[in-house]
Amino acid sequence: MTAAEGPRQTGPVVESEAGPYRVVGRSPAHHDFVEKVKGSMQYAADWRMPGMLHGRVVRSPLPSARIAGIDTSAARALPGVVAVLTAADVPSNRVVEMASGGLAEFEVSMPVLAADRVRFVGEPVALVAAATQQIAHEAAELVAVDYEELPGVFDVESALADGAPTVHDVGNTLVTWQIECGAAAAALAAADVVVEGEYRSQHVEHAYLEPEAGVGWLENGVVTLRVSTQVIEHASTIARILRLPQNKVRVIAAYMGGGFGGKEDMTVEPYLALLVWHTRRPVRMIWDRQESLVASTKRHPFLMRYRTGATSDGTITAQEVEILGDAGAYPYLSPRVLFAGAACASGPYRVPNATITSTAVFTNNVPSSAFRGFGAMQVVLGHESQMDLLAERLGMSRTELRERNFLAKGDLLPTGEPLETSVAVGEAMHRAVALLGERASSSGPGKVVGRGVGCNRHPYGRAIWFRDSASAWLSLHADGTVLIRSGITDLGAGQAASLCQITAEVLGVALDDISIYIGDSALNPPAGGTFATRQLYMSGNATLQAARELRERMAPVAADLLGVAADDLVFADGRVQSASAAGDGAASVTLAELAVACERRAVSTAHLSTWRGESGSFDPRTKQGSTFPDYTYGAHAADVEVDLQTGQVRVLQYAACHDVGRAINPMRVEGQIQGAAMQGLGYALAEDMVIEDGYAQAALFANYLIPNAQDFPDVLVDIIESGEGKGPLGARGIGEPPIGNVAATIASAIHDAIGLRPGELPMTPERILRLLDERVSEMGRRALQR
Amino acid sequence: MRMRRLVLSVNGTDHEVSVLPSDTLLDVLHDELGMADVRYGCGEGVCGTCTVLLDGEPVNGCLTLAVQATGRQVTTLRGLMGPGDAMHPLQECFLRHGASQCGFCTPGMILTALDLVQRGSRPSREDIRFALVGSLCRCTGYTKILDAIEEYADMVASEASRQASP
Repeated sequence: MTAAEGPRQTGPVVESEAGPYRVVGRSPAHHDFVEKVKGSMQYAADWRMPGMLHGRVVRSPLPSARIAGIDTSAARALPGVVAVLTAADVPSNRVVEMASGGLAEFEVSMPVLAADRVRFVGEPVALVAAATQQIAHEAAELVAVDYEELPGVFDVESALADGAPTVHDVGNTLVTWQIECGAAAAALAAADVVVEGEYRSQHVEHAYLEPEAGVGWLENGVVTLRVSTQVIEHASTIARILRLPQNKVRVIAAYMGGGFGGKEDMTVEPYLALLVWHTRRPVRMIWDRQESLVASTKRHPFLMRYRTGATSDGTITAQEVEILGDAGAYPYLSPRVLFAGAACASGPYRVPNATITSTAVFTNNVPSSAFRGFGAMQVVLGHESQMDLLAERLGMSRTELRERNFLAKGDLLPTGEPLETSVAVGEAMHRAVALLGERASSSGPGKVVGRGVGCNRHPYGRAIWFRDSASAWLSLHADGTVLIRSGITDLGAGQAASLCQITAEVLGVALDDISIYIGDSALNPPAGGTFATRQLYMSGNATLQAARELRERMAPVAADLLGVAADDLVFADGRVQSASAAGDGAASVTLAELAVACERRAVSTAHLSTWRGESGSFDPRTKQGSTFPDYTYGAHAADVEVDLQTGQVRVLQYAACHDVGRAINPMRVEGQIQGAAMQGLGYALAEDMVIEDGYAQAALFANYLIPNAQDFPDVLVDIIESGEGKGPLGARGIGEPPIGNVAATIASAIHDAIGLRPGELPMTPERILRLLDERVSEMGRRALQR
Repeated sequence: MRMRRLVLSVNGTDHEVSVLPSDTLLDVLHDELGMADVRYGCGEGVCGTCTVLLDGEPVNGCLTLAVQATGRQVTTLRGLMGPGDAMHPLQECFLRHGASQCGFCTPGMILTALDLVQRGSRPSREDIRFALVGSLCRCTGYTKILDAIEEYADMVASEASRQASP
């Protein structure tokens, strides 16, 4: 069979994984960065079509209510209004998510437009299309919805209480995952020491600077959407909503102005598609920042309870973990987020006896879904706090205790699966601490400093039962230039650029001679979405395989032209020459000459290849099985200063080190780590999307403060290249992992400074003061008892 | 509200546009004149993605009415570029340092930094941090942006001292 006919497990290895490399491992600036720095990048909102209308979503102002009626007559009567749509206008008004995240069980559907019931503030109820944005806004205000308010539930504990109002007929438990090995309860009872902790995290806003946006139009009967999305594969869902054949919906992904998981679910897509389908005209929709704050998905708040047992020498013997995640009003990706939380709850440590339970709970809050870190980041505060508490109890150093318990290659996770690649978390911890250098000293009276560390194990790739795959198509043109087509979407992390670097490495073509077309569900081979830190692993491997297969196919032609053996060739600098006779004087052919020669001999220079990731299964009954293809390990370290009078925490130094397997582009790797750490610092110390009784308290961007250039110091970065990842050339994913360590690292440093462990995020001055006050009153009580 | 015709001078070219008195400079530059380097990010003057220079000073396009820009020079990021799409040295510094990821904040960052560096003596890293408080970035963690601006500030400072010495 030819490679284009079907998928293969892996491509043949041609060159050594260890290099040396010509393009990989360097940090060239690439096409999209040039456009961005020039200001010429066309984002989703920058697209214009003749006769384009402006769309607007009418949203529920109540967290829980019955819809008694909707009167659209006033909105329709407004001059300039072209369409007002309600649930009755949606051909198939349900988006289905499996409650178990793909492992069968029951399904919960979400209406595209609410018909008889709203379940959160911001839920879409109607749509408007009008000649101008201004008219669309006015018309949306004129849609009169008659609501009968119903009781709601707004936190996970109330939602699970007997007699709580139910968000859905199935009840308020969306899914429960369990992982179990050994006998945790017995091992805890027998442990020399047991530490317990309760940890809480908050709702967090993605706050990508580009709000949700897109333009849709009809072209040859195909509903075409050019949007800011991480996932063009939603085209099939949109087709189902419109009851159209799947080949009649096309989604084009513009380069995104950030996403961080918030553009992994559909945002504007179904609404744009409905308005385009009904009006038969182009429509643009841009969500206001304020609308996005209220209605877009958020990071799951986790309530985590840990019990950890150890022997007196600091060896962990058992751990019990219970996690409750606030899913909000609809499933979205909550089942998968809670699975990742359970799979990572024990961190990068050996835990021979473990019972881990995680539950996603429906509430009448805005839905939670994907956000960089995806459940695996919230639990780091839990497992790392437990390590620090254990170290304190045993009088051991925190690093020594961790080293005693770090996982190693070949060890089993609590799921029973062995770790197949190197676990360089210990090295990462030492390197991160070393980056900090001298311990900072207090800047004045009433101020104390502390140093903290935080280690993590973070998956890259989708949950393993999804049998993930990605395709890439390459062609060498007669002038020696190369075209890459891939359905990959680009968040700004250089997803597309990395594929160019890999292709340049294998085919020996200059980066400037490569063009890449991405993110088009109709014209490019599917890459799967850009999420789960999966694209370098999946599309990187697909592109590497495609490039190697194309080179292998052309090699006999080149060998023939040069009169050497086909396995004696070097593809470099736009030429092919004999490896053994390499040198300035050696005979060579240019890639252009090779392409022409291949064409003459009916050897195709275009090639499609599909790469399949690892597959496996997790068994919910045995609570054992496989989780993710592999993990990325890292550690952070920080010095902080706590002001005992104000509770203010100042970060003095911050360092991060991760094993990325192989850095395809070191500058971009560093940028990912620095950016993730900064997001993590916001999460640790400031960001809180407070939702009270279902109402978001930040109505303005000014009320939701993400870190600015003054808030935190530079993030120092060290990169380990173990060469053992499962991505191309031994790379691991790095998009999400570095956000996980931060809150735990800061909590560790605060703990070191004041001797008290913060358990609730964000660690605001108010909360730090409350901790200090508790200690003062505790000391007072003790003094009285004496 | 009545539409008004007015002339906006943007990047050295006069444009005649019809605007409502309530139209912001951002609305007109992005939607009427099709300038993709002036972007809606929040509409509150918090994020800085709509930054333009008005007579050389950075302003938020979302908080400036289009009518306020009449008779003044509006410069967007594209306006810094030379003939043949040649990049401004500050843009080259951004590219060299990997100071752009998603790129949405980049125009505001560059225009704000340019104003700071041109105002006088070489700004310190802390001065640059202070100047960028109204320009948010959610991707980079700021370090590479600060590195890029510092390199440009050094270039400007050494050029100035070269010209000052005989």
